[in-house]
Amino acid sequence: MAEPIIQLQNISKKYGDFTAVDDLSLTIEKGEIFGLLGPNGSGKSTTILMMLGLTEPSAGEVKVCGIDSTSHPIEVKRKVGYLAEDVGFYDDQTALENLVYSAMLNGIPKKEATQKAEDLIERVGLTGVKNKKTGKFSKGMRQRLGLADVLVKDPEVIILDEPTSGIDPKGVQDFLNLIIELRDEHGISILFSSHDLQHVQQVCDRIGIFLEGKLMAVGDIRSLSAKLLTSGRYLIELGADNSSEAGKKLTLGWFQKLASSMNEIDSVSEENGLFKVLSSQDISLVLSKKIMEEGYNLNFLNKKEFGIEAIYNHLMEGGTAYAN
Amino acid sequence: MQTNHSIVHPFWVIVNKEISDIIKSWRFIIMLAIVLLTCTGSLYTAFTGFATAKPTNDPEESFFFLKLFTISDGTLPPFIVFISFLGPLLGISMGFDAINSEQNKGTLSRVLSQPIYRDYVLNAKFLASLIVLSILFFSLNLLVLGFGLVIIGIPPTAEEVLRILMFSVVSIVYVAFWLNLSILFSVRFRQATTSALAGISIWLFFSIFYNMIVNVIAKGISPRQMISEYQLVSLQKLIQNIMRLNPGQLFDDATTTLLVPSVRSLGPLTMEQMSGAIPSPLPLGQSMMLVWPQVTALFAGTLVFFGLAYLLFMRREIRSR
Repeated sequence: MAEPIIQLQNISKKYGDFTAVDDLSLTIEKGEIFGLLGPNGSGKSTTILMMLGLTEPSAGEVKVCGIDSTSHPIEVKRKVGYLAEDVGFYDDQTALENLVYSAMLNGIPKKEATQKAEDLIERVGLTGVKNKKTGKFSKGMRQRLGLADVLVKDPEVIILDEPTSGIDPKGVQDFLNLIIELRDEHGISILFSSHDLQHVQQVCDRIGIFLEGKLMAVGDIRSLSAKLLTSGRYLIELGADNSSEAGKKLTLGWFQKLASSMNEIDSVSEENGLFKVLSSQDISLVLSKKIMEEGYNLNFLNKKEFGIEAIYNHLMEGGTAYAN
Repeated sequence: MQTNHSIVHPFWVIVNKEISDIIKSWRFIIMLAIVLLTCTGSLYTAFTGFATAKPTNDPEESFFFLKLFTISDGTLPPFIVFISFLGPLLGISMGFDAINSEQNKGTLSRVLSQPIYRDYVLNAKFLASLIVLSILFFSLNLLVLGFGLVIIGIPPTAEEVLRILMFSVVSIVYVAFWLNLSILFSVRFRQATTSALAGISIWLFFSIFYNMIVNVIAKGISPRQMISEYQLVSLQKLIQNIMRLNPGQLFDDATTTLLVPSVRSLGPLTMEQMSGAIPSPLPLGQSMMLVWPQVTALFAGTLVFFGLAYLLFMRREIRSR
């Protein structure tokens, strides 16, 4: 591809002793939808602010559309539309007036601005309320109006910070569809931050997972799971009746012996009387058969599958790399 | 002003919006109503006082028109006292939520993500308030002039008109001083209520408590024994200078000198200095020389607060809400 649309090189942002963003490098290509995934306070918003030149990085270089955001924020803001988390409008003005104001701040003459604002309001499906004051708008309506507001300057890139938080599922779906349409029709590159994996998974071509100011992993969903799932994606929990009259006792040693003969098994452990087998493939059937064949009394079997979701949840809970 | 087809510079787009916001806001309408009511009241008492007064050759009486602003029959304070009392409140009410309310509503980050320089927002808000204030004060004073003309029937002299215009300019600078102080608070304090209370408490401090404190200090430092004339003068000067730390005092000094041309000095004069002086009003140029320090100090204070607000605002990180 040509020049990347957003390029972050070793950027850091420190607030006193606290490091919000730590030596981050990231490249986003033209025309892609990129999802920044991470829990609250992981440095997503700070990274976005640095892209817009609304805050200065402590170190490193930010380039958007080939322009340095720190030294030339105005040029960058001409090309980048930014929808902040929980966007605000002037409550005592109508939706149309709010949009016309934004357009005129972008140097569009009033007549054109009004025409454009009307078109965009129709585009996001708010025509019925365009002359209502925005103070009465619901969160979902504000977010849609926010998207129209971002589009008023014909941006090359749109940066959306947590656009789906606090909207009902139907609203989220409409919003995500709108984003995909924008990319397909206008070739706009979109950066989309969220803490909700499902939303990101649905629309994004590539995802970057953020944690404590660091980018843990970047890639499309498939390569991301391959990269992160190095030590198994199935957890099989087994329990046996080990009371005296039932005969043979199932021990951890038996599983360890089994692990050495089966490549699929990554590790075994015992916890609260249950044996945990971590494997790269679904071997629950094989395992249960083997246990029965050897005369053990299997009385509990539970299989957990780890998708990218489990990994993400695990990361969010504070794990750094996925072990067991 | 601008036609529909031309591109309006983003700065003026913000100024336009701010002006319309101010004029439509309830608090401005209420402040305007208070100012108009009190001024009408004080003008009325001034006019009733006029019924008994007639222009004479007495130099005190020659600037007949200016008396409209300064005299009172005792029932209500004169016009300038109301301006010096209500002006700060007007300034504070226009600026106290300039920045923090936009930040809390989430509109600041939206506006700043448009291709405009950050200082446009601050400068435009200040300029918009200043434009509204200027229109308000010039029209208020010209209205007083017009009413005076109709009711008294004697036209003002050119010098009187000039003095009244100068008075308007000084009033605007004075209110701009408080406006900038409250804009500074609006940048500094996240909550609009905190910034409003901070502004009002400073206003109350200077308009009520400051004089009391200075009186206590004066009592403390005044010697109990007999002192020489020069020591007395220097003591008086010191106390007066302490008083002048109060912006309201500066404004009062400046307006009295401008509107009462017979005021020859703002400090104490010895009999020696007075001897040989002809009791005549000062020409406008001399009156202006007399109040130049006061006006400069007010102007400097305005600039200092604006500079501080600017500094704080430019270094701030703008997050949504």
